[in-house]
Amino acid sequence: MASYAVADRRWIERGVERTSTLRFALWLVPWALLLALGVYAAGLCLRFGLNQTNMDNRFPFGLWIFLDLSIIALGAGAFFTGFLVYILKFKELKAVLNTAVVVGFICYSGAVGILMIDVGQPLRAWFTFWHPNTHSMLTEVTFCITCYLVVLLFEYIPVLLRNRQLRRVPSFLIFEHRLHLLVPVLAAVGTLLSFFHQGSLGGLYGVLRGRPFAFREGIAIWPSTFFLFILSAIAAGPSFLLLITSLVEKVTGRKLVEFSVLCRLGRISGLLTAVYVAAKAVDTLAWLNRTSPSLGFAPWEFYSYKPFGTWLMLAEIVLFGLVPAVLLLHPKTASRRGWLISAALLVCGGILLNRFILTVQTLALPTLAFDEFVSYLPSWQEVASFGAVVAYGVIVYSLSYRYLPLFPQEKREGYRVSGR
Amino acid sequence: MKKRRYGMVIDLDRCTGCGACSVACAAENNVPPAAPRATERTGITPLRVQPVSNGASGPARREVFIPLMCMQCGEHTPCVSVCPQQAVEVDSATGIVTQMPQRCLGCRYCMTACPYHARYFNWWDPEWPAGMEKTLNPGVATRMRGVVEKCNLCHSRLHAAEDKAAAANQREVNPADYVPACVEACPTGAILFGDLADETSAVARAARAPQAFRLLEKLGTEPKVYYRSNRPWVRALAEPRTVPAKEVQRG
Repeated sequence: MASYAVADRRWIERGVERTSTLRFALWLVPWALLLALGVYAAGLCLRFGLNQTNMDNRFPFGLWIFLDLSIIALGAGAFFTGFLVYILKFKELKAVLNTAVVVGFICYSGAVGILMIDVGQPLRAWFTFWHPNTHSMLTEVTFCITCYLVVLLFEYIPVLLRNRQLRRVPSFLIFEHRLHLLVPVLAAVGTLLSFFHQGSLGGLYGVLRGRPFAFREGIAIWPSTFFLFILSAIAAGPSFLLLITSLVEKVTGRKLVEFSVLCRLGRISGLLTAVYVAAKAVDTLAWLNRTSPSLGFAPWEFYSYKPFGTWLMLAEIVLFGLVPAVLLLHPKTASRRGWLISAALLVCGGILLNRFILTVQTLALPTLAFDEFVSYLPSWQEVASFGAVVAYGVIVYSLSYRYLPLFPQEKREGYRVSGR
Repeated sequence: MKKRRYGMVIDLDRCTGCGACSVACAAENNVPPAAPRATERTGITPLRVQPVSNGASGPARREVFIPLMCMQCGEHTPCVSVCPQQAVEVDSATGIVTQMPQRCLGCRYCMTACPYHARYFNWWDPEWPAGMEKTLNPGVATRMRGVVEKCNLCHSRLHAAEDKAAAANQREVNPADYVPACVEACPTGAILFGDLADETSAVARAARAPQAFRLLEKLGTEPKVYYRSNRPWVRALAEPRTVPAKEVQRG
């Protein structure tokens, strides 16, 4: 065991402290088990078909789409931090850039993995590239997410090659250097791709004329949800990064970035959340008074099906929008760790709620006069498959944190925040 | 060849809810028997008959049976624009919304888009009990697990009618040669089928009648399936919730 520990130590960055090999292995065990269970569940879906899920003809999208939309929005911190650092020159955020890339890569690769199980014929995925329907938001999403995942991979490789042992290989060092020169270009390309696919994910539902609860008018071919999704994703991305960094600090007991960096993330998130809440409020008013009635639907009728009452709309805009925006923008609350983290949690919770409303509530509501309000509960295979994505994320992040220089300020700061 | 707009008018006052249309549809289109674990919401019913009541009880209770299938939307066709790989299209010659299961990815976005819930996913492998495969219609391909399907107005019958017209050196299809299975099977003659673009056709005249209506017309999708009824409460079913929810109940 001792020899393993010594070998393991050689892969860890000099000047940083990491937990023992045994403790790290023990930390990974439950996640590996969850991953194995999820892979088994996903295997059942691939082998026997989507009858392993609880989706049906009335609820053709379920837990997976809801969580895909959510984690892609939360992963927006990757492209947005790159945009802020390389395009807008927010140098201070370099402290969280590597961790943003890893989180983004995990979110996007996890989402693509789940999507491959979620389609009935995964082997036909290439058809979208061969017979693309340029009018479909899903085509745009497929193209942009695939391209952006490649961009994220190229952003992740330089981080990977900065590992203590890997950078001793001269060719790796040269490759890493070359890739590093490309990073600003990758950040710009990633920003462009991300703006489009985040928007198109909103457009997925916004264009559904047949689902007046989700349908929105907009500008040219883009419904308002296109712009709202971009805004909400770039508002939540920094908050999620703030939460992940704080969580890693808490779990490891080490200070990884200066508090001012977290405050800056909070302020950016707060400002964008405020803009998002204002836009969302205007959009909701336009939908209530114009869009929905013009399609023959009384909008308040949508809220007569419990538990999806108007409280949900108010919670989304006020509790998970306005409140965290104020908390993140007010100097007193924005400079206190507790308030900062609480507000970031609310922002991320708001994203989950928004995606839930759009994906689940939309399908549960009736359209025809004689339709029923339908319900859906995911099967264990659906939950376990998604659990595998979470486990995969924790494992990849844990390995990255242990062996890669994710937080450049860690060496400089290099002190514990707790007694562990 | 002139452009056609195939559609139908279903007389709800004549429909007895016998389900012959549904059975004929399944037999014509090689819909497999339901899988053992299939439910009302996971089965394949390209044409289903929906019983709806006026919500009253006792002598005041009234019922109507509504045959529901793809409404063959002509404008803003919800399922066509969303399909990422062009597996759905509106045939410009006939107005029929066609589905290509061979190209379908099984993403089910079209099902999400359809306000009429007229699209069905193959949740199971299609299986026929031994011997029953002999009943399969050789003119229609079976669909595999993991793809979406729907009513295509018995497209194979249209192809047969077009082949017959071509063999006879005629440019136009004889209306008598193209009749979908549900229309043929209806014992009360409740379903009128034909070319809506032909102003003189019986179906076009019936569609213009004041008792005719289409479901969710305000969505602007221009369905080519019309219904007709002399009963105002039935006609009110066209609009979402114009009749309060409590007063309309599924049968």
